[in-house]
Amino acid sequence: MRMRAVDAVMECLKAEGVDVVFGLPGGANIPTYDALHDAGIRHVLVRHEAGGGHAAEGYAKATGKVGVCLATSGPGATNVVTPIQDAMMDSVPTVFITGQVRTDLLGTDGFQEADVLGITMPAVKHSFMIQHPLEIPRALHEAFYLARTGRPGPVVVDIPTDLSRADIPYEPINDVRLPGYQPTTEGNAKQIRQAAKALAASRRPVLYAGGGVVNANASAELIELVTSDNFPITCTLMGLGAFPAPHDQWLGMPGMHGTRTANYAMDEADLICAIGARFDDRVTGKLSEFAPRAKFIHIDVDPAEISKNVPAHIPIVGDARNVLAKLAAEYRALQADSGRLDEWWQRIRAWQERYPLRYDDSETAEIKPQYMIEALLEATGGDCILASDIGQHQMWAAQYFPFKRPRQWINSGGLGTMGFGLPAAMGAKAGCPDQVVACITGDGSFQMNIQELATCAEEEIEVKVFIMNNGYLGMVRQWQELFWDRRYSHVARGRWPDFAKVAEGFGCVGMRCTDKNTLVADMREALETPGTVVVDVAVTEEENVYPMIAPGAAARDMKG
Amino acid sequence: MGEPGTKQDVLSLEELEAAGGMRTGRKHVLSILVENKPGVLTRIAGLFARRGFNIDTLTVGPTDDDQLSRITLTVDGALHPIDQVTKQLHKLVNVLKIRDLEPADTVARELALFKVAADGSQRAEVMQICEIFRAKVVDVARRSIIVEVTGTTDKVEAFERMVRPFGLVEMMRTGEIAISRGRGET
Repeated sequence: MRMRAVDAVMECLKAEGVDVVFGLPGGANIPTYDALHDAGIRHVLVRHEAGGGHAAEGYAKATGKVGVCLATSGPGATNVVTPIQDAMMDSVPTVFITGQVRTDLLGTDGFQEADVLGITMPAVKHSFMIQHPLEIPRALHEAFYLARTGRPGPVVVDIPTDLSRADIPYEPINDVRLPGYQPTTEGNAKQIRQAAKALAASRRPVLYAGGGVVNANASAELIELVTSDNFPITCTLMGLGAFPAPHDQWLGMPGMHGTRTANYAMDEADLICAIGARFDDRVTGKLSEFAPRAKFIHIDVDPAEISKNVPAHIPIVGDARNVLAKLAAEYRALQADSGRLDEWWQRIRAWQERYPLRYDDSETAEIKPQYMIEALLEATGGDCILASDIGQHQMWAAQYFPFKRPRQWINSGGLGTMGFGLPAAMGAKAGCPDQVVACITGDGSFQMNIQELATCAEEEIEVKVFIMNNGYLGMVRQWQELFWDRRYSHVARGRWPDFAKVAEGFGCVGMRCTDKNTLVADMREALETPGTVVVDVAVTEEENVYPMIAPGAAARDMKG
Repeated sequence: MGEPGTKQDVLSLEELEAAGGMRTGRKHVLSILVENKPGVLTRIAGLFARRGFNIDTLTVGPTDDDQLSRITLTVDGALHPIDQVTKQLHKLVNVLKIRDLEPADTVARELALFKVAADGSQRAEVMQICEIFRAKVVDVARRSIIVEVTGTTDKVEAFERMVRPFGLVEMMRTGEIAISRGRGET
């Protein structure tokens, strides 16, 4: 069938099952938007392309489907560089379709020209620069395939505007021609057997699961392995929810602001089984002193992750779901004696008892930030999707909000992008309209993509925003307090806006809460009020996130 | 000692060195089979640049399949830990195959062109050296000659040492190409 290349783009999107795209039109992608006009695909008009990119990420993280963002050439495309890198770091399946100037203007500093392929090259899983309109359907199909398979990630398709208007024959593409791309998903059977034996022989094992388990939809298989014996389990910031918390075998999160129990257990473990986790520096602390007694099983779909930071004794390249299912079966067949772990659990229980997560609650009406998370848990019943921004509030949410299921917790873990929270929550809600979506944010982070309140209002995407307002760029302030002699350099509130008024101005509902005693009720009211609601919660100004592994210190030297 | 970002930690140069990872201590010849598409070289070079690695030589050329190109690049494993970067190269969608060639199992050659000052009196002597190296004189002018040398890097460098005293006007080298010994494909 003959059609304009841009109409073929729409056919491709529909063939990939895309039901919503996020974006903003501009000169170079007007043809795309012309085709979108009656394509029957929902378009969410964001107020800044960065919001569109993060919304696509939030959509992808919440649904597991590929998130799509459209941006025009030049500034439109450069505005999505941060979301692209963010999606790269957290392995988020996303496709970014950018407009480009006419082919005869390429490389001439044409109006709104930027070398998008060049700028994004180190930040993408792959990218396509369309050079002939006939390439468009295949490039799009392969972009989606690349984005969602193997280790997921962002793919950019850059389409010069003249090519997008060409008249081309369109046939649905069902195959891919990517000879250099063959992710290993099965996992070597011999290695898996070795891993099962190592687990059976271990006396102080820890299972350590990351975002890869969520991406692989391997939560059930993880639970099966963990409960096939009395294995202690910890999940990284990206993996929270992959194993339901709270649970008898759950140690909490590891790393810089993880629980002492999880960190001490890793420190004393004789075997660490990493699944879809990458031994990030925020998890290991000082690498040379990380888990000094442990042998490592490392399961990952990306071979470049294995032995990157920690040398793996039993490497297994494969999809977490496949590998975990086989590993659990192999392990059960060995009928290991569970009693060998008793001593280990005694030690773990002692840590749990001695070092629970704790804070000193206020005796006045003052709202402690940790209490704010507990109040949110109470008000929502703990069932909502919770999107987070970056900073102290993110860490407190990760600590004090037990996630019951994968894809319930949406945050920017690798890149740590302030401004991620609101648009990601918006994208999650667009993908999961039947679920309550809350966004926990900070007074600093929130201002970085605050314009998306307008999008939420116009598109009637209900997001419940809770600002943990301490008047500081709190995490930086904490570091300045602890490591830089309390020299607070440019982290204090100058004249922060009145967030409730700002929300009203954007057509949302604004609320403000300063009293601990009414906080849960206020939050409930926000949840029950139709539309997007912003609740500005005044919390203790100088509260630190504890416990903490100081930067560069070993995990066993946790403070606070 | 901590990481950059905390006050007490002015990192010493030795500590920065130690943080670098494993070095093999030898020259590596990476033979990379890639799809013949625009941007592939940039993607590959970018992975080295990102780590601050220097590529010593680089050649790109067609293969017997016009869809594919062969990139041969050499890096110094004494200076850079290349294991991780090799894994990253594998991940590039346009890269089909990578081999880290062992010098003993490899035939490697490069081509060099030398412009040597060779006035009447010196010309005979330069020509004699050329003969020993089985180098070919490809251009003769009144005050200089151009010589083509093919061989291993060692041979090219030896030739350079020999002709330099006569006045080396300039030198161009292609960088190595390499092919594995035996029946199997590189």
